[in-house]
Amino acid sequence: MANQAEDLEMSPPRFAPGDKVRVRIAYPIGHCRTPFYFRGTEGEIERHCGAFANPEELAYGRSGKPHIHLYRVRAKQIDLWDDYQGSAADTIEVEIFEHWLEPATAVQNR
Amino acid sequence: MSDHHHHPHPNQPDEEDAPRTRFQVMEVALRELLIEKGIISLSEMRAVQENMDRRGPHNGARMVARAWSDPAYLDRVRENATEAAKELGLEPTWLKLIVLENTPRLHNLVVCTLCSCYPWPLLGLPPDWYKSRSYRSQAVDRPRELLKTFGTHIADDVEVRVHDSSADMRYLVMPVRPKGTDGWSEEQLAKLVTRDSMIGVTDALSPADLDRSGP
Repeated sequence: MANQAEDLEMSPPRFAPGDKVRVRIAYPIGHCRTPFYFRGTEGEIERHCGAFANPEELAYGRSGKPHIHLYRVRAKQIDLWDDYQGSAADTIEVEIFEHWLEPATAVQNR
Repeated sequence: MSDHHHHPHPNQPDEEDAPRTRFQVMEVALRELLIEKGIISLSEMRAVQENMDRRGPHNGARMVARAWSDPAYLDRVRENATEAAKELGLEPTWLKLIVLENTPRLHNLVVCTLCSCYPWPLLGLPPDWYKSRSYRSQAVDRPRELLKTFGTHIADDVEVRVHDSSADMRYLVMPVRPKGTDGWSEEQLAKLVTRDSMIGVTDALSPADLDRSGP
């Protein structure tokens, strides 16, 4: 069947709220929804938003299936910008797809 | 000769005088082809545009005013903001909505650094500055400075939380209910809830601001 890949079952979410994660540092060719400034950032899962069509596939007219789990990742601004001017308590939250995340405890391999 | 035109007026060129951009040409060509081939009609296009124009910040303001007034509704907003919007007939359709509650200790700010994602069923089309590079970059790395340019000064002991609308969620800020509004109706409260306050670049208007801006 041509569309067999579309019928793949999604796996359960890999991360839960409060989990410490790191956004992967990668520069794939093509469209993605992971802002450059947030790659390599460590933060924690604020919530699991659900599973959504993969934008990296949608961008090329494909179905985006199987859907990918999407999370809101919360990080501290002072961890993101060396010269951050605001309060140390200031935060930023970005929506990140699961394949861009790894547990923050994993050995860094840059 | 009339005296009227002795001094030159600043002259804004008419739109037709500028060369058409590639995308303007593409839009005209595509629209004319779709109509000529009977795929869509002019009246269908007009209906879609009118539907878009009906959506504006008054929708989001209704939702905020209801959440300020009705604790049970606020609970439902926290549980599932998309469903809570539907309750008011706001038809977010595809939209997955998250309402961000400001508190005296927390100020939320929304940006889309990658493009211009915006909760348009609740706020209408975004203002031009929301799509500008300066807003999109400053919102993430210098949010407090950016807020000052909107006249919004956030105390050091208040957390500023930026939300980059980078994928499928859409965000609406629920500003703090202004003081001096006890007993106000939802209709009165909604007048205090501006578009900018729901993006998070300002607070809601105070009753005094409303007096100054007139009826």
